[in-house]
Amino acid sequence: MKKTIIPFFVIAAAIFVVGLAGPVFAADAPVPNKGDTSWMIVATVLVSLMTIPGLALFYGGLVRTKNMLSLLMQVFTVFSLCMVLWVIYGYSLAFTEGNAFFGGLSKIFLKGITVDSVAATFSKGVVIPELIYVFFQATFAAITPALILGAFAERMKFSAVLAFIALWFTFAYLPIAHMVWYWAGPDAYTDAEAGAKAAATAGFLFQKGAIDFAGGTVVHINAAIAGLIGAFMAGKRVGYGKESMAPHSLTMTMIGASLLWVGWFGFNAGSNLEATGLAALAFGNTMTATAAAALSWLFLEWGIKGKPSMLGAASGAVAGLVAITPACGFVGIGGALVMGLLAGALCLWGVNGLKRLLGADDALDVFGVHGVGGILGALLTGVFANPALGGVGVYDYVANSVAEYSTSAQVISQLWGIGTTLIWSGIVSVIAYKVVDLVIGLRVTEEEERQGLDTSSHGESAYKY
Amino acid sequence: MKKIEAIIKPFKLDDLKVALHEVGVHGMTVTEVKGFGRQKGHKEIYRGAEYVVDFIPKVKIEIVCEADRVAQITETIMKTVKTGKIGDGKIFVMPVESICRIRTGEKDKDAI
Repeated sequence: MKKTIIPFFVIAAAIFVVGLAGPVFAADAPVPNKGDTSWMIVATVLVSLMTIPGLALFYGGLVRTKNMLSLLMQVFTVFSLCMVLWVIYGYSLAFTEGNAFFGGLSKIFLKGITVDSVAATFSKGVVIPELIYVFFQATFAAITPALILGAFAERMKFSAVLAFIALWFTFAYLPIAHMVWYWAGPDAYTDAEAGAKAAATAGFLFQKGAIDFAGGTVVHINAAIAGLIGAFMAGKRVGYGKESMAPHSLTMTMIGASLLWVGWFGFNAGSNLEATGLAALAFGNTMTATAAAALSWLFLEWGIKGKPSMLGAASGAVAGLVAITPACGFVGIGGALVMGLLAGALCLWGVNGLKRLLGADDALDVFGVHGVGGILGALLTGVFANPALGGVGVYDYVANSVAEYSTSAQVISQLWGIGTTLIWSGIVSVIAYKVVDLVIGLRVTEEEERQGLDTSSHGESAYKY
Repeated sequence: MKKIEAIIKPFKLDDLKVALHEVGVHGMTVTEVKGFGRQKGHKEIYRGAEYVVDFIPKVKIEIVCEADRVAQITETIMKTVKTGKIGDGKIFVMPVESICRIRTGEKDKDAI
C-alpha cells in the first residue's frame, strides 16, 4: 500500500503543478486585455462623434439656412444606413479572406462572432475582442460615405443620395478597405514560408506594400473622387456664381470642426488597435499636424487675401487631419509638423486655384480638402515613415524587426494605393451615379432647390424665427 | 397728421428713443432693415468664394404726429443721430389719411 501511495501523491502533485503552470506551457490562444479593449471602445465612440454630430454640423454650417436640415438628415441617415449594411455584409466582405479585392461571406450578419472572438492587432500575440474591431471599422465605413455628401450638397434628391451611397459603399468602400487593410494578422508570419503564404491572402494594395495607418486612401481619397464626380454629374447649383451661397453659420462649422479634431484622436490613435506608445505617437502626430495646418492655411490666407478667417482656420485644421491620417502611426512628430504645414498650404490652393481649374461645383470642397490632402498625405507617408527622418519604419513580421527602408520603393507603393483608389472609386462612382440618375433622378426640381431642401424634401425647417 | 420715417444707423436708436421722449414723443415703431445710399458695403470671403455685400444694416423708425410737431421732431432726430459720416440716413415725411386706436375706437388726433 505504502509503495503505491507515495508515487501516487508525487504524480498527483506533479499534475497539479503542471496544471497551474498550464497557461505558460500550453500554446493557448491569446486573450484581449482590458486596457486595449477599453481604449478601442472609447476610440469607437470618438469616431462616432466625428460623424454625428461633428461632420453634420461642419457641413451644415457651410450651407445656406434653407438647406441646413438636409445636411443634418443626409449625414445622420447615411451613418445609420452604413451601420446596418456593415453589420449585414460589410464587415464580412471587407475583413474576411476572399480574393485580393473582396472578402467572403463567411461572417455575414457577423455569423460566428461571439463575445470571445478575437481580432489581431499589429503586435504578435496581442488581440482585441473582434466585436469591437467590427464596430470600430464600422464607424470608418459610415463616415467615408458621409464625406461625399458635401460635394453635391443643396441639390440632390434624398432618395438618390441613399441609393448612391448604398451602391458606392458596397462596390467602392468595401473593396478598397479590403485591398488596403485586410491581412492575415501578425501571428501568421511565423517564418519566411508562412509569411509568404499569409501575404498572398492579403488585400491587393497591402500586397503592393502601400501603408495607410488610419485611412488616407480608404477614407479620404476614396470619398473625394466620388464627391468630385458627383459634383460634375449632378451639375452646378441653381444660381452658382451669381447668387450668394455663403455659409449660414460658421459657429456650427467651428463646433463641427472641433468635434472632428477631437474625435479624430479616436480615428488615428484608435487605428493602432492597442493602447501603446505607438497609439500615443499617432495621437501626437494628429495634434501636431492639425495645429500646424490650421496655422499655415490661416497665415497664407491672411497674407494673400488680407484677413484671417474662421473658415480658413477650420479648413486648415481639417486639411491637416486628412493628411496625417495615413501617416500618424508611421511618421515622427517632426514629419507630422512638416506634413501639416504643407497640407494647410496645398489645400488652400485646392479650394481656390484647383477648384477653378476643375470647374465643378464641389459645394463644400470635398476634393479640395480630402482629395488634395489625402493624396499629399499618402505620398508624404512614404517619405516621412523613413526612420532616418524620424519615422517608425515598416515592420518585418518574419524577421521581427524594422525592415530596411527604401523611400523610392515605398513611394511607389503609395502611388499604387493612390492610383488604384482614384481609378476604382472613380469608375464605381460614375456607374453608380448614372444608374441612380436613370432610375430615380439625381436632382430635385429647380423650384424645390430654390425653396430649399429642408422644406421641399423633409417638410421641416432647421430654424423657426 | 403726418408720418415721419427715419432710416438711421442702428447704434443711434437708444439715444434717439431717449431724445424723442424728452420732446413728448411716446410711441414709435422700429424695424430692422438693410439698405445703401452712398455708404459702401464690404467684402466677405469664404474659401474660394468672394462676395460683395452691398446692403448695410440700418434701423427704420416710424412716428405719427400732428403736422405742427413735424419740424421739432425732425430737428430732434437730425441732432441726435448725426455723426457727420456717410450713412447717417434720411428722414421722410408723408401725410396720413386717418388713424384709429383699436382698443378704444378713438380717431385721428385723439388716436395719436
